[in-house]
Amino acid sequence: MNSSALWLTVIGLGLYHGVNPAMGWPLAVANGMAARRASAVFATVLPLGGGHFMATAIVLLPFAWLGWYVEWSRAIRIGAGALVLLFGVFKLVKRRHPRLLARIAPTRLAWWSFLMATAHGAGLMLVPFMLGLCTAPEAGAVQAGHAAVMDYLARANLGTALLVAAVHAVATIFAGIGMAWAVYRYLGLRLLRRAWLNLDVPWGISLVLAGAAGMVLGI
Amino acid sequence: MLDTLRPDPTFHPSPRLAMEAEPEQLAYTVLLSPDRARPDALAVIDVDPQSATYGTVISQLVMPHTGDEFHHFGWNACSSALSPMSGHAHLQRRYLIIPGIRSSRIYIVDTQPDPRNPILVKTIEPEELMRKTGYSRPHTVHCGPEGIYISTLGGAGADGTQGPPGVFIMDCESFEILGRWEIERGPQKMHYDFWWNLPRDYMVSSEWGLPPQFEHGIVAEDLLANRYGHSVHFWNLRERKHVQTIDLGAHHQMALEVRPAHDPTREYGFLGVVIDTTNLEGSIWTWWRENGSFHIRKTATIPAEPADADQLPALLKGFGAVPPLVSDIDLSLDDRFLYVACWGTGELRQYDVSDPFAPRLTGSVRIGGIARHARHPNGRPYGGGPQMTEISRDGKRVYFTNSLYSSWDAQFYPEGVPGVQLMCHVGANGGIELDPAFYVDFGPDYAAHQVRLQGGDCSTDSFCYPSA
Repeated sequence: MNSSALWLTVIGLGLYHGVNPAMGWPLAVANGMAARRASAVFATVLPLGGGHFMATAIVLLPFAWLGWYVEWSRAIRIGAGALVLLFGVFKLVKRRHPRLLARIAPTRLAWWSFLMATAHGAGLMLVPFMLGLCTAPEAGAVQAGHAAVMDYLARANLGTALLVAAVHAVATIFAGIGMAWAVYRYLGLRLLRRAWLNLDVPWGISLVLAGAAGMVLGI
Repeated sequence: MLDTLRPDPTFHPSPRLAMEAEPEQLAYTVLLSPDRARPDALAVIDVDPQSATYGTVISQLVMPHTGDEFHHFGWNACSSALSPMSGHAHLQRRYLIIPGIRSSRIYIVDTQPDPRNPILVKTIEPEELMRKTGYSRPHTVHCGPEGIYISTLGGAGADGTQGPPGVFIMDCESFEILGRWEIERGPQKMHYDFWWNLPRDYMVSSEWGLPPQFEHGIVAEDLLANRYGHSVHFWNLRERKHVQTIDLGAHHQMALEVRPAHDPTREYGFLGVVIDTTNLEGSIWTWWRENGSFHIRKTATIPAEPADADQLPALLKGFGAVPPLVSDIDLSLDDRFLYVACWGTGELRQYDVSDPFAPRLTGSVRIGGIARHARHPNGRPYGGGPQMTEISRDGKRVYFTNSLYSSWDAQFYPEGVPGVQLMCHVGANGGIELDPAFYVDFGPDYAAHQVRLQGGDCSTDSFCYPSA
């Protein structure tokens, strides 16, 4: 996969996460309706997007940092892919809702969004694609033990991870706010009952596919 | 098994959408054996006016044990599953959770695949409830963000007084008891009803009395000494902490049903108080939240009605009057009409509560009653008075039963309270009238307590979006 395909995947997954009601757009609708103000719909999306960004970044950063262990790079990519795949299988087999998520007060939206995205493996899903975007160290540079190169690589990879998280979160916000606004302004609550599709199975399958893609990319 | 692709069609984001849903076709009513000679039962009643069996019992699920005393019950899941925060949208409203208030046993009844013939799928024995929660006498069932919430009237020990009663949580898929709900209960020591506002994150609970005060009948000395419950408690729902108690004044004995406005943007609700020991009147209270703290005010009173001593049971002979005994209140989904069951005087009242601080009496029917014994329009007698009330989702019909609690029934209505369920029609702008053709007779062996409607109820479902 070339890098523009990888970036498109990052954006595509962002849109996918955004339209999933489990990532929070119904909260934006509820807040807008409760306040009877359109601005309340948009105000909700910022904490939701921020939480989603944090959940993604916190998973991507350690993997990006690992990326400069060149001698292990293949193993890391395959291992990360396998981890994502296994998490997907876990989600498919054990489809229980962590009750902890229901204990968060409605005022702590960013925290809720962070935990919700983490529990769903939203960040993990991105790992294989982010690793594809990380700068691969050149074999010669590493063998020479060139500290400056290593430092550069590490920072470049952390930067990539943050950029992936940010681009992904923006796409998530864009899709989420689009859904929330359409329901709030045009479609009405009736649609909520029809649009709130059970994405548990497709979500688990997405994790499996993302993990498999990562393993293929690693090999 | 419980996972669906789309939300259950009986889950509604807002009260208005619930009102627009199709009318109920079946009602489920819990029946109890007052002398505990036979097992309690769940009756299925045909309430579809187009049906040939309209207004009759089409099946009865008889339980395997005796002595449970069915009281309040509820659904495993309801509209609260559409809470944007809890992510449980793909459950099914399918199981009825039926506690035995005397035995502390809990039955899980499946209304699928044939809603007309529900089946018993699980029994939770009292020992398990006690071991996992330290509570007994399970009472009110609500489906909520973390599963099924059930309030209890008793704590540990044989008489339920070792430790306070409270609320416990049950998993809404496996029906495992998960444990106590309260993390900090503050001064709360008695329990009756509870309900909440999910988006605003608060719970309200009320007080009846401890088991020795109700299990063997009303304790007149306790009542006259104002020892029954007279406080309401307010809680932080997610943090499970007690935040405020309001004492209504000791003479306001037995603060029972808590009915919050259904529209979650409205931060008020109602409370029914059974009796004022200074003048025997019943009362309706309105509570509200303002700047983070709760307030409550008495907004309607129902006076006692004079009666000759020879018309009265021993308990009331000295008073020369019948207290209304406000045993249940219920609020229509549009938050417009509050129904008040006066079990003592035999009256069902309808109040317009568009202004929640100034309820306006807009309708009344008379049926049964301690002194009046008012007959049904079809000429048949009616034991007891209007009791647990359930309003159809569209607000056009009001169903009610006639039994309060077996040992109290015997005290106030010594001639007996054979199980009956009735229905009133509601006028477009208020007013209520008994349906002469609807008279469900459960026979002399059973008392009838509470009604649940297929597809959801005005006294169980909670909504997460405003009707706007």
